[in-house]
Order: sequence, then structure tokens, then C-alpha cells
Amino acid sequence: MVKVKLYIGASSPAMTSEMKTGDWGTEWAFVDEEKCIGCGQCVTFCPEPCIELVEKEGRKVAVIDHDYCKGCWMCYTVCPVDAIRMETKEIYKLEVC
Amino acid sequence: MSLFGPGHGACPGCGFPIAVREALDALDGKVIAVNATGCLEIVSSMYGRNTWGVPYIHSIFENSAAVAAGIEVALKALKRENEAHVVVFAGDGATFDIGIGTLSGMMDRNHNVIYICYDNEAYQNTGNQQSMATPMGAATTTTPVGKNMPGKMGRKKDMVEIAVAHGIPYAASASIAYPKDFNRKVKRASEIKGSKYIQVHCPCVTGWGIDGKLTVEVAKLAVETGLYPLVEYENGKLVRVRKLKKRKSVEEYLKIQRRFRHLFKHPMGKDVLEELQRIADENARKYGLDA
Ligand SMILES: Cc1ncc(C[n+]2csc(CCOP(=O)(O)OP(=O)(O)O)c2C)c(N)n1
Ligand code: SF4
Ligand code: SF4
Ligand SMILES: [Mg+2]
Repeated sequence: MVKVKLYIGASSPAMTSEMKTGDWGTEWAFVDEEKCIGCGQCVTFCPEPCIELVEKEGRKVAVIDHDYCKGCWMCYTVCPVDAIRMETKEIYKLEVC
Repeated sequence: MSLFGPGHGACPGCGFPIAVREALDALDGKVIAVNATGCLEIVSSMYGRNTWGVPYIHSIFENSAAVAAGIEVALKALKRENEAHVVVFAGDGATFDIGIGTLSGMMDRNHNVIYICYDNEAYQNTGNQQSMATPMGAATTTTPVGKNMPGKMGRKKDMVEIAVAHGIPYAASASIAYPKDFNRKVKRASEIKGSKYIQVHCPCVTGWGIDGKLTVEVAKLAVETGLYPLVEYENGKLVRVRKLKKRKSVEEYLKIQRRFRHLFKHPMGKDVLEELQRIADENARKYGLDA
């Protein structure tokens, strides 16, 4: 009897990872690693997801992958210690003369 | 590695990717996903650009429950039902409106399926047309605001109660503002045999007229005002509700969304606001929301 493979259709990593949606927004999120307490709220709420908790010098901090950050501000709003700031990308910084 | 994304095409600040990821995590990726046509499908299943780390099938708009039922009986026939949970992800249009027939059939036969409706309260993928999940007073392209109409006239259909009325073993509402609660509900559903219905409130930035800064706050306010009560039924009995310490007035929720802003100046707006507050009060009484 032929067994049907159940993982047909699945892909790991996601094939959409080839789509660098980080160029969609006008802003990117940045983490202040001093302030970050590694609680993971931003990881839970980032819709992409493009935030991971990474072990650095014996403690966990949030690290953002700008290849996929759409600059939606969700992480900014849920961080309990204001460790995330949003910054306009260089190409969108216009000088008014 | 994430079981859903990154790189999908949902708008910045969209609510449903949070719910999808949380559901897949809750089930440790042991999932065969069935997805009705709608935003979720469009943003995650482009040709050659799959977002899903689990087996995935796109049904059509109206038949995801029937497709899931078919997969469930096929797994049973192959004696492989322990290999994965069959989980539907369908929008509110697919669930409340066009797919209610196949969903009713699935629940009637009590197929062993977890049906998750991500409720963004309109047909968002085609540009914000009303569904039966759209709340009263909301402006959509098919319920535009004009002299004689202050947005949608009817009230939101209570789909959780309709699911309960089928006599299925588990039904619940949830919200992306409370991911842990949603995660627990999906886990609980997976422990029960038979049909499970979970409806999760997921803000839509474009249709509701908010930006990503407000997605979580808006979802939270829907719960805190009593307009979107978080309830849980097992075998027809209400087993749990999220209590509210101090229920907020519905206006706090409505005033920050573009789809409701006309209610504060339209001549008929006051009546709609009163009716919406009455609905929230009714929910509070019915479910004992006030702590
Ligand atoms: C039979 C049929 N009618 C209409 C459509 C067009 N259509 C595609 S997605 C969609 C709206 C889906 O709404 P909902 O289920 O709420 O999901 P959302 O897009 O809001 O996430 C419609 C009307 C279709 N695909 N099939
Ligand atoms: S701004 Fe949005 S996409 Fe970027 S890291 Fe924060 S939550 Fe994720
Ligand atoms: S239109 Fe709404 S539901 Fe669809 S992807 Fe955008 S925010 Fe999400
Ligand atoms: Mg919808």
C-alpha cells in the first residue's frame, strides 16, 4: 500500500521568506538592548514574525530582523519597558529646503 | 523556525497572523490546515511562495468545513488520525455567511475538526464589504454612510451561540489581544473529540481605519467594553468567561476607528451608539462579565 506523505504542501523555512517584506514600511523597529528584559511580548505580537529572543552575555534580548520588519509599531506598543523605538529609514528622511 | 512566516503579505499591523501562529504553536505544528478563500489565504499561499510550515490546503470560499470533514474521515479510514489535528482557518465572511451551510453540516455530523474563524468583521480581502459579523453602525463599502443610513443597520450575528446550538462539545470566543488565552483554548479544543468552534477577534487595519499602533489596543477595548465577550462552552455549558474589573463605555472603543467615526456626528448616530451600549450591557448581564 502506498503511504501518502502528510507533509506535502509544508515548507520549512517558509518559502515566503524569499519575499523581503522589510522594504514595505517607511520605518523600522530597533531594540534598546540595555532596557530589554527579554519578556518576549514583542515576539508574541509581531505579526511577521521577525523578532527572536537571543542569548547575549548571559541574558535574553529581543533581536529584530529588518529583512522582514514592516514597521507596523505593534512591538513598540506592547513592550512593557519602552525598549523599542521606531526610526524612519534613511531613504525616507527628506530635507525640506 | 516559525510555522507561519515571515515574508507573508498581510498589511503591516494586521491581527490574524498572530492568531494563526499562536494556534499552530499551541498544537506543536501537528496540524493539517484547511484555509477558506480570504485575506489569510491570499497573503500566505501565492504560487511558489508558501508561508505555512504545516500541510496546507486552500479550499474554496464556502466549503472549508466540508473539505476538513473529508480529510478527517480519510485519516480515519487510513488509521492515521493520530498524526495531526485537522484545523480550519476561515474568515468571518466564509464562516458567518457563505460557508455556514457546510459548517453546519460538519458540526451536525460532529467531525473531529478544530474550526477557527478569524473574525475581522467584514469581507476585507475584497475591500471591506459587510458580513453578518460586521457590527451595527460600521461603515463598509456595502453599508456606506449617507443621509438615511448611519452604516450597517443590523447587529452582529452571534455565531458562537449558533455553534453551541448544534450541540458540539466545545465553542469559544477569543481575541488576539489575549494570545495566552487563545493558545489555551486551542489546546483545550485539541483534547476534545468532535467539532470545536473558536472565533478569534482580529483587527483589520485598512477596513477598520486604524493603524498598527492601535491593533492591540482596539482588540483589547472590544473585550473591555463588553462588545466582544470572551466566553467558553463545553457540552453546551458556559464554563468560563473573562471578567471585567471596570467595564468601559463602548464609545472608547468606537471613537478610535474610522469605520465608526460618523456615529459621533450623524443625526441617527446617537441611536446607534445607544443600541451598541445596550448590546454591551446585554452581554454583561448574559455572561456575568462585571467582576
Ligand atoms: C464564491 C465566491 N464569491 C466571492 C469570492 C470573492 N472573495 C474572495 S475573498 C472574499 C472575502 C472574504 O471575506 P472573509 O471570509 O471575511 O475573509 P477576510 O478576507 O475578511 O479575511 C470574497 C468575497 C470568492 N472567492 N468566491
Ligand atoms: S514594527 Fe511590526 S513588523 Fe517590525 S518588528 Fe515590530 S511588530 Fe514586527
Ligand atoms: S486587509 Fe485587513 S485583514 Fe486583510 S491583510 Fe490587510 S489588515 Fe489584514
Ligand atoms: Mg473577514
